Amino acid sequence: MIHLRLTVNGFPRECLAEPHETLLDVLRDRFGLVGTKKGCEQGSCGACTVHLDGVPVLSCLTPAARCQGQSVRTIEGVAEGEKLHPLQRQLVEKGAIQCGYCTPGMVMAALPFLDSHPHPSEGEIREALSGNLCRCTGYARIVEAVKAAAEEMHP
Amino acid sequence: MSPVIGTPTPSLDAVAKVTGRAMYAGDHNLPGQLHLRFLRSPHAFARIVGIDASAALALPGVCAVATGRDLPIPFGVLPVSQDETAMAVEVVRYVGEIVAAVAAETEALAQAAAELIRVDYELLDPCLDPRASLEIRAPKIHLRSKGETNLHKEAKLRFGDPEGKVARAYAFVSERFQFDAVTHAFTEPHATLAVWNGDDTLTVTTATQVPHYLHRALAKVLELDLHRIQVKKPALGGGFGGKSDPFPHEVIAAHLARLTRRPVKCVFSREEVFLSHHGRHPTELALSVGCDAEGRLEGLHADILIDGGAYGSFGVVTTYYNGVLLQGPYRIDDFGFRSRRVYTNKPQCGAMRGHGAVNPRFAMEVSLDQLAERIGLDPCDLRERNFLPENTLTVGQLRITSNGVRDCLRTVRERSGWDRRRGHLPFGRGLGVACGFFISGSALPIIWNRYPQTVVQAKLDFDGRVLILSGASDIGQGSDTMLAMVAAEVLGLPLSRIQVEAADTRLTPVDLGSYSSRVTFMAGNACKQAAEKLRDRVAAAVAKEKGIPAESLAFREGALHGASGQVVTWDEAVEMAMAGCGAFTESGCYISPKLGGDFKGAGAGLSPSYSFGAFISEVEVDPASGKVRVVKVWGAHDCGRALNPLAVRGQIEGSIHMGLGQALSERMVFDEGRILNPDFCGYQIPTALDTPEMDVALIESGDAEGPFGAKEAGEGPIHPVLPSIANAIHDAVGVRLRYLPMTPDKVLAAMREQEVGRG
Repeated sequence: MIHLRLTVNGFPRECLAEPHETLLDVLRDRFGLVGTKKGCEQGSCGACTVHLDGVPVLSCLTPAARCQGQSVRTIEGVAEGEKLHPLQRQLVEKGAIQCGYCTPGMVMAALPFLDSHPHPSEGEIREALSGNLCRCTGYARIVEAVKAAAEEMHP
Repeated sequence: MSPVIGTPTPSLDAVAKVTGRAMYAGDHNLPGQLHLRFLRSPHAFARIVGIDASAALALPGVCAVATGRDLPIPFGVLPVSQDETAMAVEVVRYVGEIVAAVAAETEALAQAAAELIRVDYELLDPCLDPRASLEIRAPKIHLRSKGETNLHKEAKLRFGDPEGKVARAYAFVSERFQFDAVTHAFTEPHATLAVWNGDDTLTVTTATQVPHYLHRALAKVLELDLHRIQVKKPALGGGFGGKSDPFPHEVIAAHLARLTRRPVKCVFSREEVFLSHHGRHPTELALSVGCDAEGRLEGLHADILIDGGAYGSFGVVTTYYNGVLLQGPYRIDDFGFRSRRVYTNKPQCGAMRGHGAVNPRFAMEVSLDQLAERIGLDPCDLRERNFLPENTLTVGQLRITSNGVRDCLRTVRERSGWDRRRGHLPFGRGLGVACGFFISGSALPIIWNRYPQTVVQAKLDFDGRVLILSGASDIGQGSDTMLAMVAAEVLGLPLSRIQVEAADTRLTPVDLGSYSSRVTFMAGNACKQAAEKLRDRVAAAVAKEKGIPAESLAFREGALHGASGQVVTWDEAVEMAMAGCGAFTESGCYISPKLGGDFKGAGAGLSPSYSFGAFISEVEVDPASGKVRVVKVWGAHDCGRALNPLAVRGQIEGSIHMGLGQALSERMVFDEGRILNPDFCGYQIPTALDTPEMDVALIESGDAEGPFGAKEAGEGPIHPVLPSIANAIHDAVGVRLRYLPMTPDKVLAAMREQEVGRG
């Protein structure tokens, strides 16, 4: 077992983990942060996207041991209490959420993109989200919500 | 306060989902839970000679092992197809079938133990090709199935003289079509948590669209009283029909929870989701259709062979739907089909969005396009000349009531600039049209009984909240929100006053499930009735106390308004209504009217209402690579009335995505019965980059029997998508494709063939 020390959503967390455990397993099974979803365990659906030191990673492909001492942000760390992030609110209001299983990954993929692209084109948004599969919405409302969030965040 | 119905409304659970708080089946954990893993068959067809689980059982941390003999009672979603067992008994019939199960302290242990189970197989000759399955010398996959072949179901209907009419028609088209297997590919893998409670009751929290049918299957296989079983559907990560059967893993988890007296949790890997399948049937289809010189259809005949895989699932229904749903949206008096489903040694097929009608619809709409070309008529005009009117019967006595198909076609025709642009776009770019038609709930219940198809209760207590209790399963389509909106509208209350408790077979009255596009129509009507009864009871109490005629009370803006300006707040009214009796519940139900003819097969495709649609797609075909890019889709769908336009649009846009996938990229590839692409790398659903711009129009024909005029929107919109793309490809590069998916190699091959033909 490895003694793993992480900062998760701003707070120090630690646990013992098997060497083969993924960051996704640690978040879900050891820390109970089940907001991050397991969709394929192969890095092809994007549902497990979290931020590692600010960079989006696929937590299902990330060995937990490699994250020693690093800072992790999950979907649970996006809203401030009851106050939704503008992106979250736009996703809700635009009807971009149906089954919602891809939603946490979409949010985590879109947030750093919005930071680096304050005024994104539709094509850039689609490119940025192309690693996150959604089976319900046809993506239109998700793209719209990201665009509206960008306008709100960077008027 | 504006009316609730018709207002775009975010899902009630959207905030929970966007913050990661929504709990899906796999997110639930309990202290002391065991983990369930399976040993699956590596063979497509084999006899089980012996199973030795001693090494697995000897592994510390392994609590129980189960095999087929522990749960030998067969089950299935349809009473006529109880042909599946929780684990293989004696014979395995597809690669991936569960042979044994292990419950252990950790998932890794359970997996390791499963791999220690030794199974001796005697290999049998698998039957993998549906044509081979029809031959008498084929090895029988189910010994008890009727006849000498692997035919599972044959459905036939015939009205008038379809073949004769086609043969004598002014023009006709007679072509063969082929469709590969596609699957639902929902994002949440199957997951189940089963708990045997201290009072000898069972609680199963599971990713299902049909808690009721699972409830029944668990009772049957576990030989457990119905009243001891609770099935709960938590937040669900997509279904599309893929979670609408009772599943072996759900039964096994329940069995092992009872055996070990500990919670048992099971979460599928993505590969297991593909192995479990239940998706759209691979199909071979021959369709002939003729018309007169003016383009009026004169005869339609289809011969359909669907590859069912190893078990029945919804297959008997699929077999019928492949034929009967060709009766609309066009009037055809001489109509017939033969549809056959065969067993093969592959994962079973079942219901998938647009159930049974997607592939024949493709064939029909592509053929109509060709027919229009042959007689020199615009494809929109040809369709327009043949539409069924409102309030009519089809040749097979399906009752058509509201019908907005003309408005649908007119809308997309205008919005896409069809008349101006079609046929005038540069080579490589094209427009194609297609229409659709689908049931809005099956009029006949799967299990014949005297109960309604759904019951909804509305409960009022001192806090003034109205609690809606419904067995309906929100699978992401927003049915909980729909129920709340219906109740809020009837009671003139803000949505925040309405709360929904759904899909828990201990608490909520029976709803048959989220399949056949039935929920808005049936549960919506039942909810409306329950809310109206509750409203009337409150009105009566207020009328009595205030001396105002009950009929004159208007429920709006969270209060009751009398004709002469009296206002009673909701909270005051609640106290008046509950004086001396306390909390009460009113109940509403839905029972489909008696419909249909009295011939054999008349029940198939009966629905209290039908949805209609017309879509136009614009494509760009790269003549060098054969790659097709769908640039834009205009979709108009007659949903009767959009109770929640945000949700209806979402259903249509999602249908475009799924239709696009089957049209262009999705296929399950099998080799000797083994799936070669059980993952999202090999099975390619469209990404955000592949999904086109969408222009969606909601056509509201106002159904007389639907709740506030509503009918379905979840499945009907997929049907026109696929053929509109094929027809657009023809407009772009002049080739007709009759094989799905239309991958670049197929497009290129068709273009080369055409060049050779031109010589």
